[in-house]
Amino acid sequence: MNRKLLRKIAVKTGFGLLLTAIMLFTVFPFYYAIVTSFKSGSELFSIDYWITSFNLENYQAVLGQGSFVTSIWNSVVVSTSAVAIAMLFGLTAAYALGRVQFRGRGTVLMIVLGVSMFPQVAVLSGLFEVIRAFNLYNDPLSLVFSYTIFTLPFTVWILTTFMRQLPKELEEAAIVDGASPVVTLFKVFLPLMGPAMATTGLLAFIAAWNEFLFALTFTLTDDQRTVPVAIALITGGSQHELPWGHLMAASVIVTVPLVVLVLIFQRRIVSGLTAGAVKG
Amino acid sequence: MAMADSTVTPANADAGEQSLARSVSPTRRHNRVHRQRLRAAWMFLIPMLVVLAAVAGWPLMRTIWFSFTDASFSDISNYSMIGFENYLVYDNGAWYGVLADPSWWRAVWNTLFFTVVSVGAETVLGLIIALTLNAQFRGRGWIRAATLIPWAIPTIVSAKMWGWMLHDQFGIINDLLMTLGVIAEPLNWTANADLSMWAVIMVDVWKTTPFMALLTLAALQMLPSDCYEAAKVDGIHPVRVFFRVTLPLIYPALMVAIIFRILDALRVFDVIYVLTSNSEDTMSMSVYARQQLVEFQDVGYGSAASTVLFLIIALLTITYLYLGRKQFGGDA
Repeated sequence: MNRKLLRKIAVKTGFGLLLTAIMLFTVFPFYYAIVTSFKSGSELFSIDYWITSFNLENYQAVLGQGSFVTSIWNSVVVSTSAVAIAMLFGLTAAYALGRVQFRGRGTVLMIVLGVSMFPQVAVLSGLFEVIRAFNLYNDPLSLVFSYTIFTLPFTVWILTTFMRQLPKELEEAAIVDGASPVVTLFKVFLPLMGPAMATTGLLAFIAAWNEFLFALTFTLTDDQRTVPVAIALITGGSQHELPWGHLMAASVIVTVPLVVLVLIFQRRIVSGLTAGAVKG
Repeated sequence: MAMADSTVTPANADAGEQSLARSVSPTRRHNRVHRQRLRAAWMFLIPMLVVLAAVAGWPLMRTIWFSFTDASFSDISNYSMIGFENYLVYDNGAWYGVLADPSWWRAVWNTLFFTVVSVGAETVLGLIIALTLNAQFRGRGWIRAATLIPWAIPTIVSAKMWGWMLHDQFGIINDLLMTLGVIAEPLNWTANADLSMWAVIMVDVWKTTPFMALLTLAALQMLPSDCYEAAKVDGIHPVRVFFRVTLPLIYPALMVAIIFRILDALRVFDVIYVLTSNSEDTMSMSVYARQQLVEFQDVGYGSAASTVLFLIIALLTITYLYLGRKQFGGDA
């Protein structure tokens, strides 16, 4: 009896330790960035595990730079437009792929999946030429265009999965009523696809917000950059003394909105991620 | 549902025939509806396919084309064909080209090493976290939400955050390891040739383990509970149950997640570029190709490297698609 109790306590403690370890592993780096972002001057060089000072100097410095605020704005515009484009083309394509039986459907799905696995660097020089030809070099519009390469296949793939789960009876009723496919899609399915579109849009938005390689290559000046590039290129007096306080403040600024979104929509995100991968 | 026949779909042009069709044979009507749907399906697909062709197909073909030229980044429209010289050429008793460049092979090795170690670690850690979160306890939702944080943080930001934690003089990781007595003096994680790859792997594992954990958890939650009850009644040890029951059942879902991660890891760029810049010790294939393209302005040579990377990933993707074809092509 006593032994059983001891064992139970041991298992419980072990489980608690495991949970603590998981929490520390996932949250600590972000927590530490917040701790650092409140430090200024020489405080940075003393290592503290807790928040010891509350100094907003770094935030003021980062937000005081016009170019950082501009790059946040660029990121918002680029990510939103890229998602909107992907949603428009993705929704119609997902209806065709998810609800209609036709020859070549498997091939189209494979093309979509194939494109989503493209190494971005493989299209870099080709895209650069296209962007040059349209005179979009060093223009955030070039990013709206190029981000479609990953937002569109992703959107098509996930919306197709969701579209397939909708009941068949709805569509049959629409067909009996004589509704055309366009009407069926926009009047019958679109209202039901709201949650799925929110999930997909959010995931695509995060992917676009975080993109780095295209943004680094297709923009040149500070006022055209997106946030990831702006952060990557923050430098100090020399290469060896990066302004870590500023860096951490900038990191926290661009991450907090994402973390809040993720915490609010966590259930949706999980369902979206699994719909995208488990089915594929 | 109101009838909205004002749409431009050709089949709706004659509504009269449509009402007539209802009284005629049902199969004829069915065929017509089917044809109408087929036509609509392609109308819906074509815009998407055109966009994909413009943003992926055409640029890819141009990249392959450029790999046979001596184009430069500053003036990309002015070039001449040089055949396979960017790939491999024998000149004056020595071999040149991407395939003869030891740095390229170093990058290939780095990428493979990174992929195998980080995907391996992510799978094991993801499995542990998923099994933990699959248990019933209070506050599970919160912990699951917390595991999403690393996934949502931009790679650039996580690389910078870890760059600070791994700082040789003021980094908290050196401090922690020294306090615990694991190391005697601070390590220069990101600059030391033996350590920098491990630093990169550490950041990547932190960032992508949540993805693995959530996919594994989703697979675990779909398992039928009756085999567990049977195992419990038979008094089989939980570890044995895991290897004999759980693992085989979640294996298909786990493999899909692993393949996704492998294809993703093979094109790694952000984390390496930000954490260790263009250092030879950690350079991946993508970093190598971009350095040639943009920094050395050699579009031809860089495109050749990109093309080789593309071929490697395409080969793996085709193998995967071929093996997984039945999964999503069959029920069409």
